[in-house]
This record gives sequence, structure tokens and C-alpha cells, in this order.
Amino acid sequence: MVASAEPPNLLDSLDEPISPQATNPWGDRLFHLVVRGIAGVVLVIFGSIGVFLAYQSVPTFRRYGLSFLTQSQWNPELDKVGISSTLLGTVEVALVALVVAFPIALATSLFISEYAPLRIKGLLVALVDLMAAVPSVIYGAWGFFLLMPHATLTSRWISEYFGWIPIFKVNTDPAAAVWAQSRFVNSAFIAGLCVSMMVIPITCSVMRGVFAEAPLGEREASYALGSTKWGMIRTVVLPFGRGGIIGGTMLGLGRALGETIAVLFIISLTFNVNFHILQNGTSTISALIANDFGESTSAQLAALLTAGLVLFLMTLGVNTIAAVFITRSRSGAATEI
Amino acid sequence: MSAIEEIGPESLVSGPQLTTGITGARLDAINVSAWFGTNRVLSRVSLSMPPGTVTALIGPSGCGKSTFLRILNRMHEMVPSAKLAGQVKLGGQDIYAAGQRVTETRKRIGMVFQKPNPFPTMSIAENVTAGSKLVGMKLSRSEREELIERSLTRAGLWTEVRDRLRDAGGALSGGQQQRLCIARALAVDPMVLLMDEPCSALDPTSTRRVEDTIHEIKDEVTVVIVTHNMQQAARVSEQCAFFLAQQGTPGVIVEAGRTEKIFTSPDDPRTEDYVNGRFG
Amino acid sequence: MATDAALMTVYRTAVAQAADELPAVGVAAAPPPEQDEPSTLRHVALEDVYAVVGSLVGSFGLVWLVFSYVLPLSGVVGFVLCWDVAFLAMYAGVTARSHPRPVVVSRVMAAVIVGLALLVGFVLMTVVVYVVAHGLDAVRHLNFFTQSASAGSLTGTFAQGGIYNALVGSLIQVGIAIAIALPLGIGTAVFMTETRGWFVRVVRTVVEAMTAVPDLLAGLFIYVVFVLPFHGNYPWGHKNGIAVSLALAVAGTPIIARSAEVALRVVPGGLREAGLALGASHWQTVRRIVLPTGRPGLATALILAVARMIGESAPLLIVSGFTTFYNANPVDGQPMISLPLYVYETLRSGQPAEIIRGFGAAVVLLFIVFILFAATRVLARQRVSTR
Repeated sequence: MVASAEPPNLLDSLDEPISPQATNPWGDRLFHLVVRGIAGVVLVIFGSIGVFLAYQSVPTFRRYGLSFLTQSQWNPELDKVGISSTLLGTVEVALVALVVAFPIALATSLFISEYAPLRIKGLLVALVDLMAAVPSVIYGAWGFFLLMPHATLTSRWISEYFGWIPIFKVNTDPAAAVWAQSRFVNSAFIAGLCVSMMVIPITCSVMRGVFAEAPLGEREASYALGSTKWGMIRTVVLPFGRGGIIGGTMLGLGRALGETIAVLFIISLTFNVNFHILQNGTSTISALIANDFGESTSAQLAALLTAGLVLFLMTLGVNTIAAVFITRSRSGAATEI
Repeated sequence: MSAIEEIGPESLVSGPQLTTGITGARLDAINVSAWFGTNRVLSRVSLSMPPGTVTALIGPSGCGKSTFLRILNRMHEMVPSAKLAGQVKLGGQDIYAAGQRVTETRKRIGMVFQKPNPFPTMSIAENVTAGSKLVGMKLSRSEREELIERSLTRAGLWTEVRDRLRDAGGALSGGQQQRLCIARALAVDPMVLLMDEPCSALDPTSTRRVEDTIHEIKDEVTVVIVTHNMQQAARVSEQCAFFLAQQGTPGVIVEAGRTEKIFTSPDDPRTEDYVNGRFG
Repeated sequence: MATDAALMTVYRTAVAQAADELPAVGVAAAPPPEQDEPSTLRHVALEDVYAVVGSLVGSFGLVWLVFSYVLPLSGVVGFVLCWDVAFLAMYAGVTARSHPRPVVVSRVMAAVIVGLALLVGFVLMTVVVYVVAHGLDAVRHLNFFTQSASAGSLTGTFAQGGIYNALVGSLIQVGIAIAIALPLGIGTAVFMTETRGWFVRVVRTVVEAMTAVPDLLAGLFIYVVFVLPFHGNYPWGHKNGIAVSLALAVAGTPIIARSAEVALRVVPGGLREAGLALGASHWQTVRRIVLPTGRPGLATALILAVARMIGESAPLLIVSGFTTFYNANPVDGQPMISLPLYVYETLRSGQPAEIIRGFGAAVVLLFIVFILFAATRVLARQRVSTR
């Protein structure tokens, strides 16, 4: 038997796939490189912020140890630095802002998307965006000169009737004939009220964007069953917008945690662990950094930067949660934060 | 507060159970015309839909059938530029009269839509009772369970979902979703059920099940169904109304009458052309 | 019993009719005379209007009485709050007399929602009105815009001194910042929309994270990395204009990147494919088709970023020095003042005249932001009309 080589079956090779790649003209290669380079530069810049802040925290923790987190006083001269009271103040101001801003933002966004006449809807959306664009100096000035005198009266009223709740207690007699107004000014409560003005537009516009996407079919189904307008909102719009509601609130929280100027206008920087939000004196991380960075030695500057790192991580965490909620929800696909 | 408004239609037509068992209500449309802004889309449409019957609205697309249907349960007015003339009477009472509450009317005249729209965040059981919750019916736990079983049985869905009432409403197949919507609509105990092309998105098996449901409920609930499928109209209805809107003119009812007559020996040549498939 | 019999007859006839021959469908016997005028369907019942107005007036009177004579409370805010609560309670009660519960709940919720929305509008209005009212004295003088703060004195008249140096400073600082941030931001956006792969996801995550960073930290970063180490030796080693620009650029780039990405993402993929199908390279498609199509969106993103940067104050506290003198050189080591910092320092100074000047500067700031905003609205409308 002679082993004969089989002639190659030409038809076979017709079936083999070739991956067609367009040959990349050099212009395109350059384009991709440049664009990738720009993105890389941006990445480096932003990565370095985090890295840099983290790097500075090493000497801080080495010098002050974990007491940095538990010490409440910030006294560079005595070399006693700690952020516990400051951290508490930051959270207090942010929470007050959130508690005030959440119902207002929810109501305003529902108003714009469900109740407002069609003709002015666009105007209202623009107004909310404008509210977000107003610089924080202006809100801070308004808060200090106009809001504070009136808000102290409200603080006094709250402490008089609700003072039995510990956070509303103030160390003074609000019902006295001549009441000590100075005890109520510069408080975390008033700062929170002022910051809420900046939280409201952010939260409102995320929520409104989400409510506008609630499907028409479900709305009609609800009405066809005989429901009222609020019944429809409760059954269709709010459940649909759940992701946006939570996400928008988280975004607002992130903003509130980082607000500097408005807080500086209102609070007087003190460093005791103060749970009484109506009482004067508190501190927030951003106010601390802005106030103290000028006169600190390198060790204390590192401490300030570590405080900045804590703030950075907090806002990063909050905003990541926000992004997850917004994109994972049903409404997420259509929303841009 | 008018006592008649509260007692009204129910006392006239859904009173004592008769041997014939018909408890639905009579729906009359009298010289109904409709506008969207200045654009007139329906012109002097009159139709009577007696209790115990299924009325099919047939005709080519865009003739105003769906608009007419939405006028019957006051969904038409949800469009800001909507205007209306004429009367719609449920059991003799004009539903557009000044004192009539729209939520009450929509409870009595239910609607099932072309695209099934169960509430996705609710379970199957919650979907069925959604309507009763929305209109403020107070039910004890046993009443609620009974209502769920009764409505799902009427819609022909009970045997398939009885073991998974807690599952999400959106997880069902298309045909099951539509039957869930029917169960939801029936749970508020309407006198009339309007159906806007309910089977157009469904497979033939689900379509047949929905048609079975229509057949079962028609004694208790007057049914009005818009359909493009003429075989379905022939299977399901006792009377038909043929809508037509010629170029640029508002829609009108060309001919209406018993289904057999419309399909075998219609009076109007246009009707004959349509049912024989010469246009549509 | 007689009524029952009558009802039975009615039913029997109806059934008989339905069973044998259908009643005359089509035109009902004796149609009413042509009543063909359309009626709009949205009528609000007069009774409902009375309910709202009556509750408003009634609750006002009630609270007035209680406030002034019974409870020792004070303050406009407290009064309005109590009035609102009383109004809601009264409205709920009135509505409940003739409507079922779901309707009452719906009406009261509508009142709550409208009330809160009105509250926000009102508060926003007080912000604007207060700032404008207090700054008017300073803004009225032309020299406010043409002289620098050094020309005026702390307690002098408003005919001297102004914000010219702050305006110029803001312009220069924001100008440089935009010159840095715009190419970086748009370049990153183009990268994110035109490329695929894991690197894109990383970049997008980082950009998203950075939009959330408080601007104060951007200022701190620039201070510590650029100002401190090079203190006195290099142009940027001071608290001067360029440092501010760098801080603003760091804060602004992620925002530009994200808005630009949104603007470019909206450009339909079909257009890109059309370009490639014509034989253009990727770069040419981007340059000649994608970017021009997205131009309105990109312009909006740019204007919004400028508006934010002009009002940015937190980083200024760290990297900007305060001066009353005019300084147009960002790299000479001398501080360069800008609008927001001027506003902050003067308002905190405690001097009445300075405070008024500060409000005047705040009015100018507000006005600039408003103009920029209006420009984006005009741009958006233009885009729609040229479609």
C-alpha cells in the first residue's frame, strides 16, 4: 500500500474564520494614545490626592496614636490633637441638614413632577438647578445675617417644649424673663439649617429625575382602579423611585459633610464633645482645617491632613453608596447623577 | 351630601340576585363627541351596552375606539387638552354630572389595558388587593384572602399561582400578567369592565384563557372590548359596533348590532368591506 | 314588597330585551337637541375652593388668637408654622365631612406638598432679596466696578473703593483654571465614550468618586504639594493666583469630565457608524462628527463649570491670600484677591461699611452666576429649535 498524500481540501479553508481588523491608520493610533494619556494624567492626579492624604496619616498616627480619634481637644500648642469632637460635630451638622432637607426635597420633587402645571415645569427645574449653582458664600452670609436671629428663637422654642429630649437640652432657662440668646447662637442646629439649603437642590433634582421616569402604564392602571392622585403616587411613583430617593439623599449627605464656608460663617469653633445641637459651640472637620492650617507646624499640618483623610473617606463612602443605589434600581438606567 | 349619590346606581341595577343571575349594569353613551384641543376625534357616537352582554368595538386603527373606551371610565380627561360633549350613563346616571366623584366612577367601571401592567414592587396577592386598598375598602384578613382567591379564580389564574402568592407580580409570563391585571380589576367589584385590546400582546393559549374569563364574568360584569381580531370579536361578543374615521374626519359608528348580523349580513357596505378583510 | 315587584319587572324586561332582540343601538330615541359644544373636563368644584379658602382664613384667625393671647410664643416663624398645622387640620376635617378617606388623604397630602414647595421658593427669594437689598448701597456707585479695594477706606464713603481687583482676579484665576480643566475634562470624556475596556471602567469610577470630594480638600492638596515644598523658590510656591487656579482645576476637572461624558454619550451611535462607513478614521469621526454634534451639551457643561468655579470659596481659604491691592500677575508670589474670598473676608470683618461692600460683591457674584445660567438655557433652546 503506497501512502499517498491527500491533496489539501481547498474548500475547508474557506470555512476558517479570519478576524478582520481594520488596519489602524497612524492618526488613530496617536488619537487613542493621546486620549488614553489624558485619562491617565487625570487618574494620577486624583489617585495622588487620596494617596497623599493617606501618606500623611502615617506620621500622625505614629505620633499621636489612636488617641487621635478619641481625643476631643484640638490644641496645637499643648500638642494635644484629636478629632472626636470635630467628627461628632461634622455628623451633627450633616444630620440636621439631612433631616430638614429630606422632606422638603421629597415634597418639592413630587410637586414638580406630579402637581406642577406643565407650562412652568421647565422653569421650576431650572430654578432648582439655579439654587444649586448659588455659591455657598452667599448661603453662608444669608445664614449668618438673616437666618440666625430668627433661628435662635426657634431653637429656644424647641428647647423649651422638647428639652426633655437630651439633644434638645440647653444649659439655660429658656423661659426666663431675659433669656440668654448667646447660648443659642452659633450652634450645630443653625449651621445644619443653613447647609440644608445646599442639600435640597441636589437631592431634589435626583429625585425628580427619577420620578419623571415612572412608567405611564402603571400610573394609568392605578387611576383605572379608582385611586386618588396620592394613592397613585404612593403605589407607583414612590416605589419606582426608591433608588433615586435613597441615592439622592446620600449625595446630599456627602455634600453636607464637606461644606466649609457656610459652616464657618455660623459656628464658633469649640472642641468639647457636645451632643446638644441647639447649644452654641461645635466644630466640623472642614471648618477645623480651614481655620487652623495656617499656623500649624508640620506635625500638626500632618494631623490636619489626616483629618482631611477621614473626611475624604467619609464622603467617598457615602457617594459610592449613593451611586450603587441609583444605578442598581429600576430607575437607574435612565438617570444621570 | 346627596343620599341618592351614595345609594344611586347600585340600588337600581345590582340589587337582588335573580334566577337569571344578571347583576351587571347598563352603560349608555349618548351623542358622545370628543376633542383633543381643537381636533375633533369622535363625532356623535351613541351606543348602548346592556347588562349581561359583551360588546366588541371593531374597526381600523386610529378611528377613536380607544378614545371612546377611555371616555367611558373618565380616563379621557387625564389629557389636559381633552374636551367632551354628550352623556355617558351608568345605570341611568350621567357619570360626568357635576357631583359625580371620578374615583367612584372608575371603581365602578374598570379597565384592562393592552400592555399588562401589574405593579412590579408588589407580590401577586398584593397586586390583587391593590385596588381595594386604593379605594379605601376595609377588609379583615380572612375577607382579604377570600377576595384574592375569588378574583384570581374569576380571572382563571388561581390554580397556577395559588402556591406562590408571595412572589413578585412582575415575574409571571405575559399571559399570566394580563390575567393578574384582570383579577386586580375584578377585585374592586366593578359593574362594567372595559378591555382595550387585552390579548394583542398574548400567545394563543393565554388569549383563549382570557376569552374564557370574559365568558364567565359577563353575567356579573358588563364587558366592552376593543379588538383588532375579528375572529375574537365573533367568538366573544353578542353585539358589535364598527368604528370608522375617514380621512381627516372624526370617528363615528358606522353600524352596530348583533354580532352574527354584522359579520354575515351587515347593512352598510363599508362594514361588509371591513369584515371581509378588504381594508383594515 | 311592591317595590321589589316593580324592580323585578324592570329586570325581566331588560333581560328579555337582551336575550331576544337588542334594543335599538345607535341613535337613542328622541335625541336631545344638538348640544355639541365641547366642555373642558377639568372643573374644580366650587365646594372644594371654599374648603381651601375657608380653612386658610379660619386657621389664621384661630392661631392669631391663640398666639397673641394665650401662649407666650413669639416670632413670625413660629406663627406661620402653627398656622400651617392648623390649616391642615381644619382642611382635613372639612374635607372628611363629604368625601371618603382616600380622597381626604390625597387632598391633605397635596396641601402639604404644595406648602413645602412654596416654603422653599419663599426662602430662596429671601436669600436673593436680602443680599441685593444690603448690597445696593455699594453697587450703586460706578467706582465700585472700576476701583480696587485699596482705593477705598474701611470707614469711608462708598464713592471710593471697589471690587475691580477682585473681578480681575476672579477672571484670571478662573480663566487659567478652565484652560487646564477643559482639555483634561473633555479629553477624559472622549476617552470614556470612545474607548472600551477595563481601563475605562477604572477611570469612570475614579472620576465619579472625585466629583464628590469636598473642594476644600482640593485646595489643601494643592497647598501641600505645590505651595509648601517650593515655598519662595518657584513661581508657584506662594499663595498666589496660579495656586488658586490649580486648586480650581483639580476641583473642576471631574465635573467637566462627567457632564461632557453625558453630552457625548447622547450623540447617537448611528452617526459614528455613518462616519466610519464613509471611510473616516476614528479621530476624524470624533473631530468632525461627534464633537460638533455634542457641542451644545459641551458648551453647557463648560458654562456650568465656570459658574461653579467663580463661586468656589473653600479652596480659596487655603491657597489664596487676601489683599486690597490690584494684582494681575498670577505667578509673582503676591496674593491675588478674587470675588468669593473678598465677600467672605469683608462680611466677617465686622465693619459696617465693609459689610455693605461685601454684600455688593455678593450681588455681583449672584448676577454673574445668573447670567451664565441664562446662557445655558438659551443654548438649550437653540439646540431644540435648530433640530
